[in-house]
Amino acid sequence: MQASTLFIIIIGLSIFGYFMGQGRALALAKPLGGIRKLHSLPSYYAAQAALFCALPAIVLMGLWLIFEQPIIDSLVMSRVEAGGLIESKADYNLALNRVHNIAAGVLSREGQQSVVLAAADNLNAFRTNARLALTLLALSLSVAGLVLGLRRIRPDFRARASVEWIMSGLLMACALLAIFTTLGILLSVVFESIHFFRSVPISEFIFGTSWSPQTAIRADQVGSSGSFGAVPLFTGTLLISAVAMFVAVPVGLMSAIYLAEYASRRTRTLVKPTLEILAGIPTVVYGFFAALTVAPFIRNLGESLGLDVSSESALAAGSVMGVMIIPFISSLADDVITAVPQSMRDGSLALGATKSETIRKVVVPAALPGIVGGVLLALSRAIGETMIVVMAAGMAANLTANPLDTVTTVTVQIVTLLTGDQEFDSAKTLAAFALGLMLFVVTLCLNIVALRVVKKYREQYE
Amino acid sequence: MPDMKVNEKHVTVGKQFHDDPRMTMRNVNVFYGEKQAIHDVSIDIGKNEVMAMIGPSGCGKSTFLRSLNRMNDTVEGCRVEGEICMDGESLYNTKLDVVELRARVGMVFQKPNPFPKSIYENVAYGAKIHGLADSRIDLDEIVENSLNKAGLWKEVKDRLHQPGTGLSGGQQQRLCIARAIAVTPEVILMDEPCSALDPIATARIEELIKELSENFTIAIVTHSMQQAARVSDRTAYFHLGQLIEVNPTEQVFTMPEHELTEGYITGRFG
Repeated sequence: MQASTLFIIIIGLSIFGYFMGQGRALALAKPLGGIRKLHSLPSYYAAQAALFCALPAIVLMGLWLIFEQPIIDSLVMSRVEAGGLIESKADYNLALNRVHNIAAGVLSREGQQSVVLAAADNLNAFRTNARLALTLLALSLSVAGLVLGLRRIRPDFRARASVEWIMSGLLMACALLAIFTTLGILLSVVFESIHFFRSVPISEFIFGTSWSPQTAIRADQVGSSGSFGAVPLFTGTLLISAVAMFVAVPVGLMSAIYLAEYASRRTRTLVKPTLEILAGIPTVVYGFFAALTVAPFIRNLGESLGLDVSSESALAAGSVMGVMIIPFISSLADDVITAVPQSMRDGSLALGATKSETIRKVVVPAALPGIVGGVLLALSRAIGETMIVVMAAGMAANLTANPLDTVTTVTVQIVTLLTGDQEFDSAKTLAAFALGLMLFVVTLCLNIVALRVVKKYREQYE
Repeated sequence: MPDMKVNEKHVTVGKQFHDDPRMTMRNVNVFYGEKQAIHDVSIDIGKNEVMAMIGPSGCGKSTFLRSLNRMNDTVEGCRVEGEICMDGESLYNTKLDVVELRARVGMVFQKPNPFPKSIYENVAYGAKIHGLADSRIDLDEIVENSLNKAGLWKEVKDRLHQPGTGLSGGQQQRLCIARAIAVTPEVILMDEPCSALDPIATARIEELIKELSENFTIAIVTHSMQQAARVSDRTAYFHLGQLIEVNPTEQVFTMPEHELTEGYITGRFG
């Protein structure tokens, strides 16, 4: 039976269990004199029965589907390995693939070794048996759960508490899922990075000032020595982020102050959503806007001033990125400024301060921690941004602080390292993971700082 | 509840005018959009007088108080008609500088609202804005004097640079009074200054109000009739946006002229 069919059957069973449970609870309540004689409402008894029916079976199914494939594979391959055909990990994967394809009928059986053919047959047999076992197990677990759930329905049974308990468990499982996903991503990046640091020393990666990840494909190739100094990438990232923040912080902050303090209600309802549209524009669109409109404009402007501007410049990418993150800052700053109690403003105005004095000396300082939090969030967004930089800032890893030069960033290099046909265990590809890890660490630190600041803000006027 | 309807052709009874007025209000009407909150109020507040304004919730006493230093300007849709003068000069004159006005008419609010700055900075704030101090020494002196007048100096002199928000509720309110005094106003408006405080802190503030009345004119809105009786020279009774009666405090609480005043102070409504 297909897993999806099985799933639908279990859900159907549990709906059936719900109504059975409700019926049973009502039937129990009747001779006692109404549902107020039961400990909980009939719907709690019913929900309890339905959850007993569905949850264990579905959890079993999930685990089974995760572990089925690797277990069957290792069982099948143990015989192929015994046949002495496997010498390396690559061989193993190749043989496994062949077995799978033969089993699925994609590859012809002619001309294959008998061990492989036997393995393919084995695979099919295992699969059929496993599916059958899963169906039987899940269904019987479901029915057993249903029966148990129904039998637990008694007038003094605390179904409400038990449903609450199951619900809190479900919610916690969802929260854990998000955490485990983050952990999973982190671990995979860490392991690949460790792999990378075996071929390139970590000190060279962190302190090296030359980035040219072209490694020799053949031993006798010349010219592609490969150097993995990440410093130019991080300075490039910092340069572009600095330009972006230079644009976004003043504009975002001032538009937030205007919106929160000066704008009439009508203007606010019009302007605020319009500003937030900026956050909804796909970054690719920003990218070609930067590459095709802003970069040539800056180049022409620079030339008329007698400056040497490259056609792809950090300034072009950074300023467009700045426009992109304006809504992050303005929206967050607007929220914290609006959250400053009116009594603060009244107190200042009543002392004879003007509106702008009040804003400069009372409102903004009171909202400052929140504003800083917003700026840091925007900064981590700027550091992680890729598309605009790919299109408008170029690929050359220059170690420079001149915003008119072409630079590249960490994220751009990750993209170029991983796109196209690559040998997966070469230093070049693995370097992407090391870069990703460093970027992750940097943005994580920024986020921690931002969260701390925001937390401090919460304690302000209590 | 008897007698809650608006008196159609009402006349304020009692002694609403003063021989030596600091502020004079004539035929004041205040509107929030279409709704009229204050109906035709005329009253004087004398020099160095403590005027208490009492009345049931929603009677407009806070609204009236806030129109005396034009704090109602910050409320959208609020409109003030009639004449409000201070030392003979109209407050709603378009030529009047509202910043200067608010320096002359200080205000203390219902809930203590110290700025999230140090105690020193809280008091120095107004003096800095108005350029009252030419040097750091001047400023120190202003801060010390104001805190002294607000009866807070002894309690905070060793922690002037700690946040004002760390003080107790009563201390915070006295800090707000010190902050208002620091810009040397002529009039201090107090909008239920003790409603968020415990009885001991309240007693301390009431004592302070009496001391301040030697140098300042004070208008205080209060919900507590005992408080009005304890601190004020005259008491004004507001009812549904109308000024019903103004008389010396002692008389209001012993022999009120108007039946609505009597009803309120004897607890029949309010």
